[in-house]
This record gives sequence, C-alpha cells and structure tokens, in this order.
Amino acid sequence: MKKGKIHSVESFGLVDGPGVRFVIFMQGCPMRCQYCHNPETWSGDTGTWWTAEELFQRAYRYKNYWKKKNKENGGITVSGGEPLLQCEFVTELFELAKKKGVHTTLDTSGCLFATDQLPMEQFERMMKATDLVLLDLKMMDGAGHRGLTGRDNSNILEMAQWLSDHGKEIWIRHVCVPGLTDSEKELTEMKQFLNSLETVTRVDLLPYHTMGEMEWEKLGLSYSLKGVPVPTEEDMMNYQKILNI
Amino acid sequence: MRAFAQWDGFEGRLWKEEINIRDFIQNNYQPYEGDKSFLADPTEATKKLWGKLSELQKEERAKGGILDMDTHIVSGITSHKPGYICEEFKDLEQVVGLQTDKPLKRAFMPFGGIKMAEQACTTNGYESDPQLHEIFTKYCRTHNQGVFDAYTPEMKKARHNKIITGLPDTYGRGRIVGDYRRVALYGIDFLMEKKKEDFVNCGNGTMTDDIIRQREEISRQYQALGEMKEMAVSYGYDISQPAQNAKEAVQWLYFGYLAAIKTQNGAAMSVGRISTFLDIYIQRDLDNGTLTEIEAQELIDHLVMKFRMVKFARIPSYNQLFSGDPVWATLEVGGMGMDGRSMVTKNDFRFLHTLENMGPSPEPNLTVLYSSKLPEYFKDYAADISIRTSSIQYENDDVMKPVWGDDYSICCCVSATQTGKEMQFFGARANLAKCLLYAINGGIDLKSGEQVGPDYKPITSEYLDYDEVIKKYDQMMDWLAELYVNTLNLIQYMHDKYYYEAAEMALLDTDVRRTFATGIAGFSHVVDSLSAIKYAKVKTIRDESGLVVDYETEGDFPRYGNDDDRADDIAVWLLKTFLDKLKKQHTYRNSEPTTSILTITSNVVYGKATGSMPDGRKAGEPLAPGANPSYGAEKNGLLASLNSVAKLPYEWALDGISNTQTMNPDALGHSEEERIENLVQIMDGYFDQGAHHLNVNVFGREKLIDAMEHPEKEEYANFTIRVSGYAVKFIDLTREQQMDVLARTCHTRV
Repeated sequence: MKKGKIHSVESFGLVDGPGVRFVIFMQGCPMRCQYCHNPETWSGDTGTWWTAEELFQRAYRYKNYWKKKNKENGGITVSGGEPLLQCEFVTELFELAKKKGVHTTLDTSGCLFATDQLPMEQFERMMKATDLVLLDLKMMDGAGHRGLTGRDNSNILEMAQWLSDHGKEIWIRHVCVPGLTDSEKELTEMKQFLNSLETVTRVDLLPYHTMGEMEWEKLGLSYSLKGVPVPTEEDMMNYQKILNI
Repeated sequence: MRAFAQWDGFEGRLWKEEINIRDFIQNNYQPYEGDKSFLADPTEATKKLWGKLSELQKEERAKGGILDMDTHIVSGITSHKPGYICEEFKDLEQVVGLQTDKPLKRAFMPFGGIKMAEQACTTNGYESDPQLHEIFTKYCRTHNQGVFDAYTPEMKKARHNKIITGLPDTYGRGRIVGDYRRVALYGIDFLMEKKKEDFVNCGNGTMTDDIIRQREEISRQYQALGEMKEMAVSYGYDISQPAQNAKEAVQWLYFGYLAAIKTQNGAAMSVGRISTFLDIYIQRDLDNGTLTEIEAQELIDHLVMKFRMVKFARIPSYNQLFSGDPVWATLEVGGMGMDGRSMVTKNDFRFLHTLENMGPSPEPNLTVLYSSKLPEYFKDYAADISIRTSSIQYENDDVMKPVWGDDYSICCCVSATQTGKEMQFFGARANLAKCLLYAINGGIDLKSGEQVGPDYKPITSEYLDYDEVIKKYDQMMDWLAELYVNTLNLIQYMHDKYYYEAAEMALLDTDVRRTFATGIAGFSHVVDSLSAIKYAKVKTIRDESGLVVDYETEGDFPRYGNDDDRADDIAVWLLKTFLDKLKKQHTYRNSEPTTSILTITSNVVYGKATGSMPDGRKAGEPLAPGANPSYGAEKNGLLASLNSVAKLPYEWALDGISNTQTMNPDALGHSEEERIENLVQIMDGYFDQGAHHLNVNVFGREKLIDAMEHPEKEEYANFTIRVSGYAVKFIDLTREQQMDVLARTCHTRV
C-alpha cells in the first residue's frame, strides 16, 4: 500500500466543501505563491507517513458530524500542500471513502494537470472517486501567474475545462490581493472564463489576509507581500460585482 | 381520588391520588413542533421593570458588587416584610416576592456559619448586629462550627493544602431542588396533609436514630410549609389551595422557590424543570381565552427577572472558587419523554426568548436537555440564541433519561436529579493532579512542605517509570478517596444537623433517594502527564531535599483532546479507577456515590496550589476547567477535542462531565443561517456519541480583549459567557480568571 505524506489534519472544517469537513493537509507543493498562508506545507522533506486506510479510519471517526437532519452534509476534503503530488495515495483514500458513501472533495491548484508528474489515467481514476473539486484560480494573466506562483497557468485552465467537459462539479476560489490579483481586467477575464464552464456551482472570493506572514518568518523566508493591505469590505463588494456573484 | 375546581380541564388520575407531578405533565402537556414566530416582544411593564433592575445592577457594580446588605435580621421564610423591584412600578410586577425587603439586598444567613456571615458583611463594609454574634456563638451552633469541632487533624491538613478543596463547610451545600411545581398543582394544605400522613407512618414505634431524625425532619418540613403560606399572605396571596390559572401557577411556584432562597445560601439553588409544567397552565388559559401570548410571555419574563435577582452574601474565598456571583438558578428546557414524544412546548421557546426580551444574562442558568430527536425548529432556535448570547448550556437527554427518567432537573451546574424524589449531598472535588505529585513525592506537599498524604516511599529514579508511577498513584488515590469521602460524610452530617433544608425537603418525597456527589479536578493534566511518562521520557528535577519540583519531558506524546485512543484510554482508566475507589467507601445515610469532572472557575485557585506536572504545566498555572483538554493540547480541531471528551462514559460520572468550548463566529459559518445549521449539526454529532455536556460560546478573542480593556462600554454590561458549569458576566470575573478564559482554545479554523 502506498503511503501518503501528511502535514496535519483538522477535524472541524466548515468552509472547505459542503457541510462539516475533515480536512487533510498534504505535505509538499510545487507552487510558491507569494501569499501562501501555510508555506510549511511546501517542502517534501517533512510530514508524517500514513496509509490511506489509517487516514480514512481517522477521518471516519467524524461521520457523526457529517449529517444534517439525517441528510449527508459533510465529508473528507484533501487540501495541501498540493494533493495532486500524491495522486495515487489520495485516489486510494477517496476510493475507501466512496465505498462507505462519504463525500469527497479535492482542494487543488491544478498545477500538475497534463504534466509528466501526473499521468492522465491516474488523474481520471482519481476523479471517479472525487465528488467535488475546489479549484484555486490564482490568476488569469499568464505572466502575472508565473510571477505570483512560479508556474504557468495554461494547464490549470485546461484542467478546469476538462472538469467541465466531464461533468465534474467545481467550486472556484480566488484570493483577492489588492494591486496584484484584483484588477478589473483580471476579474473580468476570470468572469468570462468561468462563464464558459458548465459545472461551476460556486465561486468564493477570499480576501487576502496577512496571517501567513508569521509562518514565512518562522521558516526564515522573506515575505514579498510585506505592506500589502488587506482588501476592505467595500473592495470585496466591488470584486463580487465584477464577477457578478 | 382528590378533586379541586382548580384542576378543571386537566386529564389523568394517578396524580390526583398521590403527589406525582410527572404523571400530571405526561397526561396534560402539548408538544410543540412549530417555529419561533408566535413569540411576543416584551411589554411596556417588562421594559420598565427590567430598566429599573438594570439600573440597580449598575449601581450594584459601581458599589463594588454589593448594593445593600441586611445586618440585623436572620433570614427566614417569613423574616422580611414584602419587597418589590420599586415602589413606583409595584403594580406592574406580575410575579412578586424578594429575598429581603429590598431588591438585590443580601440577607444575613448565619446557620451555615456565623463567622462567614459576619465576614461577608465586614469585607463589604457592613457591620452585623453584635447581638447576632452573641446568639450564634453562645446559644446556637452553626454548620461550620459543627464541622470544625469534628474534623480530624488529617482532614484539616488535607483541606488546608487543597488536595480536597472547595468543601461546603463554609457555605451551604445547595443542590437540593425542591419540587416547586407541587405548590402550584396541589396548594400548601394538601402538601401539609401528605406530610402529616408520612409523619404518622414514620417507623413502627421503635425509635432508632434514623426514625428519630426523620420524625424531626418531617416536623420541620411541615413547619416550613406553614411558613410559606404565611409569607404568601404577606404578599396578598393565599397559596393553601391549588393555583387556578397560569398567573397563580407561576406565582405559587415562585413562592416555593423563594422560601428556599430565603433559608439557604447553597452554592447551587436550582429552580428545576418547570417549563413544560407551566406550559400546561398557560395553554389552558390560552385555550380559555383568559390569557394572550403577550401576557404569557410577560409572566415568563417576570419570573425570569426574579431568578436574575437572586443574591447571596459571600466571603472572598467563596468568590475565588465561584467567580462572578453565580447562584445556579438552573432551569431546564427541552428533553424527550419516555414515550418518545418531545417535551418541548411553547414555554421552552418563551424561556429562551427571555434572553432576547431582556438581553443576555448568566442567571437563570438556562439548560437545554438536548437530543438530536428534538424538534428541528427548537434546536435551531436554541442554537440561534446560543450564537447571539453565549448564555446557554446543553446536556445530553439521551444519556440522562435512561438513568433519571424524563422528569429530572439539573441541580447545580450540570448534575441531574429526579425532581421531587431525590436530593444530593454536594461534595466539591478532589485534586487528582496534586495527588499524582503526592504519589511521586511520598505524600509531601510541594507548596507547604508538609507531610499531608501518608509517607509512602517516594520515587527516587531520575526518569519516571510508568508502571512504578501508576502503582504509587493507585495507592495514593486509595488514601485520597477514603479521606475525601469521610470528610464529606462529616460535612453532610453537620449540614443536616445545623443547616437542614426544611423548605426544599418539604417539597420532596419523604422517602427521598440520596446521591453523594464527589468531583475530580485536574483531570486532563493527570491524563497528559501519565501519557508523557508512558510515551515520552520524563526526567525529574529535584530540589536540594530531593523533592521533585519540576519535570523535563523529552519527545512527543499523545494528549487528551485529539481523539487519540492512547491518551483517551488513560482518561477513561483514570475516571473508572477513582470512581471505584469512591464506591468502596461508606457514604453518609447510605447515599449513592457519584462523581463529576467539573471545576467551575475554581480551576484557577486549584491550579495555584498545584505544582509543576510532567505534561508541561508549570506550578501555579490554572488547571484546565472541567473535563476540558489542557490549554494548547488540541491539535486536530474542535471535533477531535469533542470526541475525546465524548469517550468518557457518562454512567461513570453521573454527576456530570463538563466541557466548555468557544467558537469564533466566522469559523462557524458565513451567514447567520449557516452558523445555526452548523452548530446544530455539531451538537447532533457530539451528543449522538453519548457525550454529556457542552457549554457553547460564540465570540472571538478580540471581543474578550476589548471587554477587558473597556469594561465600561455599554455593550459589555451584560456580556455573558459560559465557563465550566455556569454562565457569568465576563466583566464580573477577576482579571486572573479573564486571562484564563482568554488563554483557552478558541476554535477559529477558517
């Protein structure tokens, strides 16, 4: 059995998928987003090894909390780090979950889609066991995306298209960093792109926050967004207006 | 079978043959499955009275916490002439009766101990009548005097060193819930008649100690009933007969409770399970067209206003244990019947609604008897009120009902008792954390240097060995359990003798069942310490005399609060082990021993007296409250923490397992609706696993910090939070306790 490298787990997630979520933070991420709030999940060298079975059993302890008025309302969310880095492991975990009828959510940046690191048939198998994808769209502008994350975004947009084509439900998330990811052009482009997709059921705009800064300092990294303000409530309203949500 | 005109329209038979409130309720209540839309706003009268009372409360706070004290009259059922919130609005009060002749004026209650009654006066700048001193030292003995005359040197030492602590030897033991509903349903004359019958049937003529004592007690109960009538007459009411409508039912019931709080200053003076009962009267009047919903709500608002006014004169050492002036006027709503029907009525909504009509308040200690099977609308409403006021606690009806039936009350903070059929001997708690340190140091107390426990061989190794520690801990717990129970036996004996609760006992069955409530403090620290010794390496640090004064722990170890069986199994073991030791002891009046994992705010004082622990808690730091995991131990979020606590079998801690959790509103959901749904979902999940209790707080740390810095802000005047076992106005806590609340985990994951 393949083991997975886990950064941490959280039994009480209410915003990472529908209902009450058991959230698993995978260790390791190829992206280097400037606003990342948990850079301690980047490295592949740390973390704890778990088998999918162990991890599922750990999560399944919370099944009591996953129902509302006797209807399913919760489940397992795998986040990161970048879960696609450990696709095989996550697939195994999700397959165990589906056997027990547990709702599965994948929280990903999509950055490995259509690359050597992620064979397509592996990804397809994973998607069969995934109920919902939380796709983090960092930026539409290619150059901007490279600057912000260190990677291209064309395959990420392709992944969104693939999910839409295959009828997979998507929640979009976008972090609004003033002066960086919140320009009208950026948001308008995003709106157009999202309009072309057919399976997006929810778009969450997340206000940038500075809580990550301390984490960077703890790791001895310099935080390049120092001094960037958090968006005001009014800003957020404007963004929502542009995206029409 | 008895028949009263006042009972017209009520169904059933058994309750007319004998005193049987449960049978009356089951035959007559109407479950309510609907939503909150029927609820009424406060009336002008309510606003005026509450406004006046708010002013008085403000004045009270400005004067350092005491508005006025009686220094001349020994408090009794008929000791004071009638009192009202204010003369001007006297006629607006739908429910009348105060503890003394003036609102918030504290009565002089010497029977628990004349020294304490006097000290309560002097520390607040009052001087009690010297004649009272003479009477209660020369001619009349008190509970406190009796206890200290009989204590052994060992008991005094254990008490002084706070290994057994918070003992009700300087204050009333409380926790006896008179079945105040009986006054309303039967009227006093019928109750007196029944007590007279019991007196006649008490014993067969052979005068054993038990029989003699019981005969005297019944006589005192009978007398108390008579005095209740007299007190009611002074307010212009004749309660000798049953109440004939809702207004009278509320008033009659309150007079019963008032008799209790005029004669006893127990740590907990619960009101009991009155909501469904009163709904029957209200519903009858609503159906008859003699009462409107607005008037019904007004009745409940005014009754609750009275519960918000209950006050006792306390001494500083008491206030340290139970901070913020609590009285535990605990009152229940919700619950399911044995027949599977929900016991939620419209009145359960009305009681919760008082927190909207008159704002948040720590009293009465509103308790929702929770089951995932309760009507959804009711669960939603309770969650909604919780989120907005942080004033409610939840207790699992599904685990309590099989033990106590469907007519139990909560007699203190969290502990259940069958209403009208049971009383409890409250016995504070034993500090098991300190006991572990005694085991390691051969019974020597680190703080005083005294040999308090037996001088067993101490542990001399540099690194602690799990098996050795467990063996020694087990022996030390044997000693502690025996000493603790015997100390309590003595206290309860004296309380019965010198400070008998005649008014409350008059409203219970004569052949009452007695439970003997013990308690555990320092629970999580013992669990984590033992886990550290088992799973990591714990090095002892000794002073020059060889006593272990601190520990160095190398390596990681599982902690209670993470849903990790390695730690949680130790927790379950600890509870069972200590309970078994308690059960071996003889208990006063053959009462049934129970235990609790509950500390109230005393976790701060207990912590002060407790040395460093192997789990990393340093000497003097507060213990975690109740059954809560230790500060900073929870690494896997709220639900993991809840699951750890839920593993403690309620059946082994029938006195209660208190768990207090704080959630940030943002972490609970984005909208009001989402927050309500999520909170209900969490509670369903938690309680369906058999967990016992949950205090729900919903606020962010920022609010606490701001309230600490700006207590004068209007918005914080009634800012209420749940602490282990009760609710309290945050600004009434000591600075130290505020810091302690702030230090606790606030679940904020977003």
